[in-house]
Formats: sequence, C-alpha cells, structure tokens
Amino acid sequence: MKKDLIRKLVEAYGPSGVEEQIRTVIRAEVEPLADELRVDPLGSLVARKQGSGEGRRIALAAHMDEIGVMATYVDEKGFVRFTAIGGVSALTCVGTRVEFGDGTLGVIGLEKKRDDASRAPKLSQLYIDVGATSRDDCPVHIGDSAVFVRPFATQGSRLIAKAMDDRIGCAVLIETLRRLEQTPHDIYFIFSTQEETTLSGARTSAYTIDPDLAIAVDVTTTGDTPESHPMAVVLGNGPAIKVKDSGMIAHPEVRDMLVQRAKGADIPYQLEVLERGTTDAAAMQLVRAGVPTGVISIPCRYVHSPSEMVDEQDVENSVRLLLEVLQAA
Amino acid sequence: MILKDLSEAVGVAGDERRVGEVVIDAVREHVDEVQVDTMGNILALKRGTTGPDLTSKPDERPMRVMLAAHIDEVGLMVVGHDSDGFLQVRSVGGIDARLLPGVLLWVGPERIPGIIGIKPVHLVQQEESRKVATIEQLVVDVGAKNKDEAKTLAPLGTNATFATQFRELGPTVRGKAFDDRAGCAVLVEILRGEPFPFDVWAAFTVQEEVGLRGARIAAYTIKPDCAFVLEGTVADDLPKDKDTSPTTELGKGPAITVMDRSFIADRRLVRHLTSTAEALGIPYQVKQPGIGGTDAGAIHATREGVPSVTVAIPCRYIHSPVALLSLDDYDDTVRLMRESLSRLTYRTLEERE
Repeated sequence: MKKDLIRKLVEAYGPSGVEEQIRTVIRAEVEPLADELRVDPLGSLVARKQGSGEGRRIALAAHMDEIGVMATYVDEKGFVRFTAIGGVSALTCVGTRVEFGDGTLGVIGLEKKRDDASRAPKLSQLYIDVGATSRDDCPVHIGDSAVFVRPFATQGSRLIAKAMDDRIGCAVLIETLRRLEQTPHDIYFIFSTQEETTLSGARTSAYTIDPDLAIAVDVTTTGDTPESHPMAVVLGNGPAIKVKDSGMIAHPEVRDMLVQRAKGADIPYQLEVLERGTTDAAAMQLVRAGVPTGVISIPCRYVHSPSEMVDEQDVENSVRLLLEVLQAA
Repeated sequence: MILKDLSEAVGVAGDERRVGEVVIDAVREHVDEVQVDTMGNILALKRGTTGPDLTSKPDERPMRVMLAAHIDEVGLMVVGHDSDGFLQVRSVGGIDARLLPGVLLWVGPERIPGIIGIKPVHLVQQEESRKVATIEQLVVDVGAKNKDEAKTLAPLGTNATFATQFRELGPTVRGKAFDDRAGCAVLVEILRGEPFPFDVWAAFTVQEEVGLRGARIAAYTIKPDCAFVLEGTVADDLPKDKDTSPTTELGKGPAITVMDRSFIADRRLVRHLTSTAEALGIPYQVKQPGIGGTDAGAIHATREGVPSVTVAIPCRYIHSPVALLSLDDYDDTVRLMRESLSRLTYRTLEERE
C-alpha cells in the first residue's frame, strides 16, 4: 500500500461532526473506483461496488471521524476552555498542539495551581492557547472543533500518526476497493461519521443499505507494551479477528468465516477480546431485523493519543484478508 | 399564557396524559391532523402551503420537518408505604436529593397535597446537619394515619411532582417543569402561526427524562428530513470563583446546541439558525458543548439518519421545584424558530462545507 495515501488520510482534519475535509480526501480516492457514490444524511460517504449478481449484499465500515476537542468557553484573556470529542485523556493533551478547521493552531496548557499536582489532571484544568490576548481577538468561538497535530512518520515497519483510529481502516477499505477485481457480491464501502461519539453514521448508513453481512475495519489496542493491561493482541502478528468487545459479540459464523479465509490464504491472524471500547459493528449488528456482523481489527498501540502506532504488515494483511472474503462466493 | 397551563399540568415521565390533553386543546384548531401514538407521544401535522420550487425536489415528496419538545417532567414515584402512613419514594429522572427535604408536592392525578418529611431543626445533631439525606431516607407525608390509608390515597406506582404555581415576576416567569414545558410552549406558538412551505410534524414526546424513549419511535413514524428539538436548558449564570464559563445565560437569547452528551448537531442547521439570527438581529448564544442530552440524541440516529439541532430557552434551576426564565428569551426563541423555518429549504440541507 502506498504510504502517501496513509499520510494524506491521517493528516486530514476530521473530528466527529465536522467530516467535510476528510470526506473530500476520501471521495477523490474512491470516485474513480466505485460504481456509485453517495453522501448519507449524517455525512457518511458510501461507495458501492457492483457484484456479478450471485452474491450477497455486504456492508464494510471504517470511520473517517477522529477524536478531538471542542471549545466550550473563551475567557477574558483569550484562553480557550474545551471538552472532549470522543475519548480524550487529559494526560495525552498536556503540551500537545491542536488545529481548528480554519487552520488556527493552539497549544494545550495546564493550570499551575492545583490542589494535588501529583494526580493526573482533569480536562477542566486544561486550556488552549491560540496566541490571543483577549476574548475579542480570539479567533476561536464556542463550538469550534480541533484535532491533534502530529505529522505522519515511519520507524522501521511501524507507522505512527494521529488518527490512525480509524484512517488506517479507511486506507484498508480504499486499497481493498482498488485491488478488488471481480466479486459476486454487491459491496458498500461506508466511510462513516460520528463513530467516536455515538456510532451514528454507520448505524444509519447500514439501515439504508440493509445488508446481509457487515464487517467493520477499525483499530484495537494491544497487550504487548511494558506493564500493559493483559490482552492477547500483539503488534505485527496479523489482523485481529474480533471475538468480542464491550459493545458487541461478533457473530460466531462471521468470526469463523474470517478465520477460515485467513487460514486458507496463509494470512497471519490473531483473535481479539477487547475489554473496553467498541466499533461501528456494535451499531450495525442491531440495525433493522439484525445483521450478522464481524470486525477486522488492526492492532494499534497508544490508541487515542496523538501518536498511534500500527504495523505496516498488519495493514497489508488486513487488505489481503478482506479481499479473500469479498472474492469468495 | 400557554406556558402557565403547561407548567402547572402534571406529567411525570411514564404518565403524561394530562399534559397531552393541554397540548391537544391548544393546537387542535391550528393543525391538520393529530394522533396519539402507542407510547403517548402527541404527533401533530401542519401541512405546508403548496410550495415554490425551492422547497421540493421534482418527483419527490414535500420536505418533512420534525419539531420536537418533550411533555414529561422529572418527579417522584411511590414505591412503598410504612406502618405510620408515610410514603417511600424514588426519583423518576434526574433529581438532586439536596433539594427535596421540606418540599411541597402534588401526589397522584387528584393532586393530593404532600410534603417531603424532614426532622425539625430542634432535633438535628450537629454532624447530621452537614450530611445530605438520600432519597431512600426521606418520606412523603400525605396525612395518612396508617399503612392502609396511605395505600388507598397513593397506591404503589403513584407519581408525585413539585406543587409549584406559575408566576410572572416582571421580565421573568417562574414555575415547575420548564424542562421541557418551555419547549412545548414554543412549539405550540409555532403551530398557532402561519403554515410553512413544507409539512411540519410536531412531536410532543414522552419519557425523555428516562432515556429519550418517546422521541425514538416518534421519529421512526415521522421519517423527517431534518429535526429541531426545542428545550428548556441549564442556565448556570450565577457568580463563580473561576472564569470558565456559564452553560447558558438568562436574557442572552435562545441557546443553540453544537454538541452535547447525546449527539452532535448538524452544522448546516446550526449555521442556518445563527445566520438567520444575525441577519435579523435576534440575540442567540451557543450552549456550552458537552453538557446534557436531549431528544435529538434519539432522533438523529433514526432510520437513514436525521440531521438535527437543539434550540433551548435558558432556564435557571431546572429539575428543581422552581425554575426561572426570561420572557425576552422566550419571545426570541419563538421568533428565531419561525424566521429560521420560513427560510428553510432543501438547499439548506444540500450545502456542505
């Protein structure tokens, strides 16, 4: 897979609810490859690839929104207070930079006077400094959204950036669509919105599609770093096929099918049980009369930090696994 | 004033029938159709004038706009009776137990007067006075002499609400249940006005305070192209020791939600409201993001998805026996909604940044 594509995707701006810019980037990639393209009422981009007619209707979802922060107040001196968009930890915020939709750059600072400075700070003790000197000259207004700033980087086979969650899933979907030659299935590639907050984009797009089978492609955490929470997933050991997370249990037949396809094509894989967190799959499986749903997870360290790390081989193998699924009858 | 009738009506989540009657009486002559659905939501259709080309795409049904306000309120429910004739209660919806001791109640549909019992100050030990009594420790006194009499007066499951009469206090008014009878009143005023180019479906929803339950099925029935949720929201503009924001402020105009805990508002609708307000000089404020949740949380994720936004009248002391709102904010909210709706077209929803 071209790293240029991943760079373009992870560096684009797209906090939940403001996905216009990232959607434009993805649209340019998939427009020449899809048989049909539409934007749903909540902003998800759906690209359809027509099958030969003998197969099923399959929905694939990767979310294009990313976590971020939203301005809640501008004080007299022009400092901006904020709240989280999705799961943002105050620990990863201190000293980092954020960028608003219009390009305004800010630094996140921490109040010095705290009752117990040895304890982890709360978001309410942080503020964004955009270089303003008063409320009047502050370019940021209440309700404006910002994302972390961190350029894409590679280190050996590791890829590092903000918003790997879930632009790397978007990259897998785009690359799969690019390589897909023939398929019996009608396939809907959903680049969903508002996953990090309410899973609303995939939920509503899946309702419209009414699929026979759904697969989400998203990141998952790993258990291979120093003193980490016990978890079997290891970076670089292959795509993780989800068994369960805190929002869903993968349909056993979908899970087994993914395992069979991986084995059949000699693609490394691992099984995933995630104790905290969920994906668009949790919403898609409960749409209408229910949809058999599974998840291909790309192992990722430091999820929801400005430096999320994935392995190049896991990404490539996720594309291979997805192609095996889509090209089989 | 319709807000008075709505505020004084009793409708704790789960039994909103009395409020529903007030709503139906208020709007019946101004709408084309009224139905009550399986959960008790009141759905009223106000047909659009056969519109100019802008409002409907060729070969498509006319645009449907949902306006929602919830008729339920927070309150208490009787869950037991003790041998001395006192009622044990639990809260329905979010109530701060610190507010309860000594409060007057209307118990049941007949509005039996009740009072939340508390030990006289003469008998309170010093350390006790620093603690907050939990709702489990409080009882409601309806004057019953024994268990049987208490059971007859207020059987298990009886609802109780704050016994608060509506009052005008010059530029502000006070009353109970402004969350969300204030939104209901705005919605009634909109329905009483001229029709819009498109069909308006008003939903007076039930059980918002216990999980946005009524709005979910109302939106499923209505299948709207977009939705506006009308609310009475938190105004915490009291003095603070740190310069880190009020949620909304009384007297600064309708509060527009960009994001709360239940949903992210559609940016095009937010922009439509703010640009309408700016063009006409109507004051408005952006509600501090990340706080609270409204029916929009259920409506926006219905079926194919519904672009939604919430517009609220700032109210001090909501979810308490008495709330306070500014009549200027009330009038400005009605005006902002009317003007924004009259300018709303399919194009509003086609434009993306």
